[in-house]
Amino acid sequence: MRGDQINLQNIVARSASNAPSPQIRDGGVEEVTKLIDVSRCIGCKACQVACSEWNDLRDEVGECVGVYDNPLDLTPNTWEVMRFNEYEDEQGNLEWLIRKDNCMHCEEPGCLEACPAPGAIVKYANGIVDFNSEHCIGCGYCVAGCPFDIPRISEKDEKAYKCTLCSDRVFHGLEPACVKSCPTGSIMFGTREDMHELAAARTDFLKGRGYEKAGIYDPAGVGGTHVIYVLQHADKPEIYGNLPEDPRISPMVDAWKGVTKPLMSAAVGLAALTGFFHYAIKGPKEEPEDDPDERTATAAVRTDEESASPDSQEGDRP
Amino acid sequence: MSHSNTKKGILRYTWWARTNHWVVAISFVLLVLSGLALFHPFFWSFTGLFGGPIPTRFIHPWIGVVMSLFFLLLAVQFFKESFIKRHDIQWLKQIRDVLSNRDEKLPPVGKNNAGQKLVYWIMVACVPVLLVTGIIIWRPYFADAMPLWLLRFAVMVHAYTAFLAIITLIIHIYSGIWVKGSIRAMVQGRVSKAWAKHHHNLWYEEVMKERNPPSADKDDDSSRQQQSP
Ligand code: HEM
Ligand code: SF4
Ligand code: SF4
Repeated sequence: MRGDQINLQNIVARSASNAPSPQIRDGGVEEVTKLIDVSRCIGCKACQVACSEWNDLRDEVGECVGVYDNPLDLTPNTWEVMRFNEYEDEQGNLEWLIRKDNCMHCEEPGCLEACPAPGAIVKYANGIVDFNSEHCIGCGYCVAGCPFDIPRISEKDEKAYKCTLCSDRVFHGLEPACVKSCPTGSIMFGTREDMHELAAARTDFLKGRGYEKAGIYDPAGVGGTHVIYVLQHADKPEIYGNLPEDPRISPMVDAWKGVTKPLMSAAVGLAALTGFFHYAIKGPKEEPEDDPDERTATAAVRTDEESASPDSQEGDRP
Repeated sequence: MSHSNTKKGILRYTWWARTNHWVVAISFVLLVLSGLALFHPFFWSFTGLFGGPIPTRFIHPWIGVVMSLFFLLLAVQFFKESFIKRHDIQWLKQIRDVLSNRDEKLPPVGKNNAGQKLVYWIMVACVPVLLVTGIIIWRPYFADAMPLWLLRFAVMVHAYTAFLAIITLIIHIYSGIWVKGSIRAMVQGRVSKAWAKHHHNLWYEEVMKERNPPSADKDDDSSRQQQSP
């Protein structure tokens, strides 16, 4: 893999930006993928520790609530969390399914679609989706946009955080910290092609061992992901800590951020312009001249009285 | 008669109605500008008006709360005069005459015309929706406690409702510019009798009746006959 994986000229998508991304460096970067083989994971959490080590993150020491998941959910300081599930299969065997939950680095990221701040979320040519905290305004739209419930907003600095796929390490040709630390080879990293080959081999192996429904989790609804799983029961992703079966950007997010946005924006501009041209064509409703009818004459007398004694009681002034 | 005076003419908006209206108006415009900045990158430069992107995001909901409070007071004040009457429907049917300035063809209307009443009711519908959905997506205070589906729903509804409110606001502001005398009425409070008679005849009649109660009418008339020759 080349060292220039992550480079400002290799940003292929950028939040809230209409102008095209740089295009001239064509094809030099291969897409990367992290493969998480759930069937080999022993739940040691070395990856979770490596993640906080490498990224200098220290979450609060929590409390034990009777399960192994710790912390119970992702936080701004915990970018990956192991989800432990006890599953009873058809034969009544207990299976311990442990899934490493983190950003999936979607090919079509919902976070990026939702983000209103130009450049706060970028996607590199190698497929990594990164948050550029310098541009982040802490609005949390990415939270609403993500189909996997990944981003978290920090209370410390009101910025969004999530797994970077160790973009800084990948930049220097290294594998992500979690991959490096895994003692069982359950997390692998490489080109998309290589990882799919490896995943297919593992799937075949599992099928040979009786897991007929073993398969690869690389959901098409978000254009595929740059983090893929090998699952023993690929037909039931929900048993792996609620992994969504067919994740896609929510229709509500599409309705909010889709074509209607530019249309509504144009309508706002058009409304103002229409006003201007209506004025130019039809003209204003001019102040009518006073036409004293009998009433007005009567009133005129009274008005004079009024002006003699200002009627502040009437509500002109407090 | 001079149009521009604060003594003569008919009082249309009391000092409190005016103050209340302008507090709402100013905060509403600030809301539109700061909201649009996040709405579409096309408006991103509006963040510069508020000291940058982060202050824009921070200040918007706070202005929203202030606006909503004052809007409530305004809505209560204008409630009674905003019911839609039969002549308002006729006025709406003749909207082409309205837009083409053929005012002489229009039916007489009360203190507010159908257009003004519609602005009132649309805003009465929009502001509570904006407030509630805005609070749901408000960071860092409330959003973290909300389920994802609610966040998505609220932010979508907030955007569409804001769009409706913004279009209504543009029409509202334009009407003020288009109908000469109305901005002054909202700034200074009074309108000329001719203006009232021309644009809001039923209201004008009512005001005149109050000023010259029928019983006093005779006296007034006789005294005038004596004076006027
Ligand atoms: C009545 C006038 C209002 C208008 C015109 C307005 C407009 C907008 C717009 C256009 C957006 C961007 C939505 C998007 O990106 O799709 C927005 C966001 C937002 N609005 Fe409003 N809004 C109004 C009132 C309120 C109120 C009353 C609140 C109450 C708390 C509020 C809270 C928010 C919040 C929290 C956001 C998310 C972005 C941020 O954190 O600033 N808004 N608003
Ligand atoms: S999993 Fe969520 S945060 Fe990660 S790239 Fe996809 S949409 Fe963005
Ligand atoms: S919180 Fe930051 S990264 Fe998330 S949508 Fe808002 S600006 Fe973008």
